[in-house]
Amino acid sequence: MKFVIQVNEGPYQHQTADSAYQFTRAALAGGHEVLRIFFYHDGVNNGTRLTSPPQDDRNVVNRWSSLAAEHDLDLVICVAAAQRRGILDESEMNRLDKDAHNLAPGFRISGLGQLIEGVVMADRLVVFGD
Amino acid sequence: MIKKCLYVNRRAPYGTSYALEAIDAVLIGSAFDQDISLLFIDDGLFQLKKDQDTADVEMKNFSPAYRAYDMYDVEKIYVSKEAMAARGLKKRDLIIDVEVLSDSKIKDLMDEHDVIFSF
Repeated sequence: MKFVIQVNEGPYQHQTADSAYQFTRAALAGGHEVLRIFFYHDGVNNGTRLTSPPQDDRNVVNRWSSLAAEHDLDLVICVAAAQRRGILDESEMNRLDKDAHNLAPGFRISGLGQLIEGVVMADRLVVFGD
Repeated sequence: MIKKCLYVNRRAPYGTSYALEAIDAVLIGSAFDQDISLLFIDDGLFQLKKDQDTADVEMKNFSPAYRAYDMYDVEKIYVSKEAMAARGLKKRDLIIDVEVLSDSKIKDLMDEHDVIFSF
């Protein structure tokens, strides 16, 4: 089955990002395809590489980056949600005249059209977060 | 490929960002030529309330955007009969024309859609 995953919450406060990650891993292990993971609303906070949890805690952001590298996943951060919350890649930094960028490896910033295009191609949209 | 997309609006307009975000998502869905329906349930009904005044909460009143939906061919707009009654709302209290469905009909509506976006 072809899945698109939508993540609506940031890491740590809610289990949402963990559940989405675990579902994605299980789907891939089960031979399914994950066409795209779309980070929406506060979910865009899954994509900042400045995240620095304590040593004995999981690193939610690095975990996404590793999974993306391993399975060639398409991790898309919603641009409108990202701008409001200060998640920028280098080109957004330049365009918005900011002094830093923080997008984690394996993520890219794009528009809501990526979610719509994804669900048109997918068999199922699975949404994590309320 | 065209899919039947149902956008479910469940929350009051200004307490969270979801109602405003849903408007963008509906317009993008329309730009991708998808077959779009909107459903308002629970406190989502309040998004369609006439005479919203957001000055004191320092938020933008985005409710006029709902009137623009017909220009984007977004014409199938449903509301929950039970949610209307629970909030003392009548069709005349709403900013746009809607079709009122009982919750049992809403189950069928969800069944017949390919994709459900929940806000």
